[in-house]
Amino acid sequence: MEIFLSYLWVFLIGGLVCMLGELLIITTNITSARILVTFVLIGVFLEAIDVFDYISDFAKAGINVPIIGFGASLAKGAISAVKTHGLLGVFTGGLTATAGGIAAAIFFAFIFALIFKSHTKK
Amino acid sequence: MEFEQTIKLKKQPRIIGSYTIVGPKEGQGNFGKYFDYIMKDDSFGEKTYEKAERKMIENAIVGVIEKAKLLPKDIDILLAGDLLNQIVSSSYAARAFQFPFLGVYGACSTMAESMAVGSVLVDGGYFDNVVCCTGSHFSTAERQYRFPLELGNQRPPTSQWTVTGAGSCALSLHGEGPKISMITFGKVIDWGVNDVNNMGAAMAPAARDTMLRHFKNTKTTPGDYDLIVTGDLGKLGSEILIDLMEDEGVMLGVNYCDCGQMYFKREQKTLCGASGAGCCATVFNSYIVEKMRDGQYKKILFLPTGALLSATSTQQGDTIPCVCHAIVIEM
Amino acid sequence: MEDKKRNEAYNRYVKAKIPKTHAWPSLFNSFWVGGVICVMGQGINDLLMLAFPSLSQQSAWAYTLIILIFIASFLTGIGVYDQIGKFAGGGSIVPITGFSNSITSPSIEFKSEGIIYGICVKMFTIAGPVIVFGVVSSMVVGFIYWIISLF
Repeated sequence: MEIFLSYLWVFLIGGLVCMLGELLIITTNITSARILVTFVLIGVFLEAIDVFDYISDFAKAGINVPIIGFGASLAKGAISAVKTHGLLGVFTGGLTATAGGIAAAIFFAFIFALIFKSHTKK
Repeated sequence: MEFEQTIKLKKQPRIIGSYTIVGPKEGQGNFGKYFDYIMKDDSFGEKTYEKAERKMIENAIVGVIEKAKLLPKDIDILLAGDLLNQIVSSSYAARAFQFPFLGVYGACSTMAESMAVGSVLVDGGYFDNVVCCTGSHFSTAERQYRFPLELGNQRPPTSQWTVTGAGSCALSLHGEGPKISMITFGKVIDWGVNDVNNMGAAMAPAARDTMLRHFKNTKTTPGDYDLIVTGDLGKLGSEILIDLMEDEGVMLGVNYCDCGQMYFKREQKTLCGASGAGCCATVFNSYIVEKMRDGQYKKILFLPTGALLSATSTQQGDTIPCVCHAIVIEM
Repeated sequence: MEDKKRNEAYNRYVKAKIPKTHAWPSLFNSFWVGGVICVMGQGINDLLMLAFPSLSQQSAWAYTLIILIFIASFLTGIGVYDQIGKFAGGGSIVPITGFSNSITSPSIEFKSEGIIYGICVKMFTIAGPVIVFGVVSSMVVGFIYWIISLF
């Protein structure tokens, strides 16, 4: 029961965040690149004011899978690196924390681009 | 010039042959049975979609020469254009032939521009047989003007679908077919629309301007034509044009239609309809020419519109200048 | 001056003329597809934790994201992701899978221009701003923390 409830939270919050993105698309007609940028900035902001972890505690994947989570880890990485390395952490923290995701995206994109060809839309 | 913008052709060149080639989706549309050739696959057996577009235009030129019962050596000049940067598809297609080539660009109105220039060349007596050809390809236009094909985004409700297809016609003084009697060359009109996903609204004022000028110069009314057909204003754009003309006291009735609006079936989900240089080129050179030969239409007014924008001007937030040329074709 | 007035009036008229589509179906689709993607992420994460109990929470999340990125990239390659996107809109753009799609799709599209000038150069045409804005804003945040930590 507890597991079911936690998954329900993930579903509801994840869905709501995505619906917010769709609402932005419908009302302002902005492109997907701008949507992604907006949500990354929201993530950075949530982490900067230190509320991201509170949401993450019960929303789990619901807030971490949306690109908001990517923004939050960038900011979290920068902040924690500042604590250990000082000024250098400002430069190294963000990308270090998100290196896995970025490298994976680049690597898979490269491999699949070599394998596949674009398909015409139906 | 006798009238501003409008010329009356003295010898009235005839459309002695026309040929169309389209993609599979277009073949399933409303005009499917009128096209000469329907590709089974968008890539047309080529490695890239750009190469497929070239091959399409090349085949359309070969096809029209055959259908007009001419030989390649009879062709005096080729007028062609497309939507890609520096109209490369047409230029590359033209290198396969042994006749001179003039590239023309009027975006989606290219068919009208090439026919207008071609018929003037023939009417002047300098050329006997002129081939006019235009084409566009969904996948190449999408990449140049919009996003990669595999990007998971949604199309706004006002957007239109670029037609994969090429249409061509042969103009000559000798032979049978509908004749081109009058041409009204259009001015570039910009009413401040900068939404690239709403081309119909951007182009409607250009169609309005050319149409009004044409009716005034030729002292005709919409009732004098069996068919008034615009290029690719789409559903929204043609509704806007009807409103704009009504404001000027000109009523467009049941004899008015738009190629882009009629092109696809409702279930094909193309939102506001078809667009692209291939849109009116394929409808005109198949359905309309055939119906004129059958005698169903005696006199038509053909008004393809074109949005003269580039990807750079769009990104810099510029508004969209548009043009529309009117051609009167009689049987 | 008169042109400007006419253009403004025309744009107002066009705006009113655009057919109003119902927002609810697309909002609903984006909601449930987005929710399902997040649940999938949670499921992968929980399975990883079960299978490899020694994994730290942080590493498990990193693996989860990498797996999601892999799936989205693969679906983009076989031409499925754009169809999901057409249906779900924001539901498949906002999750990390949308980020993966926006990197893979231009790579595949511009493959025809070669590996260097096609795949590598065009890879970030859509996702580039995401990384730039993310890095710059997180550095600003880090810098502010550094200033605060000095006092």
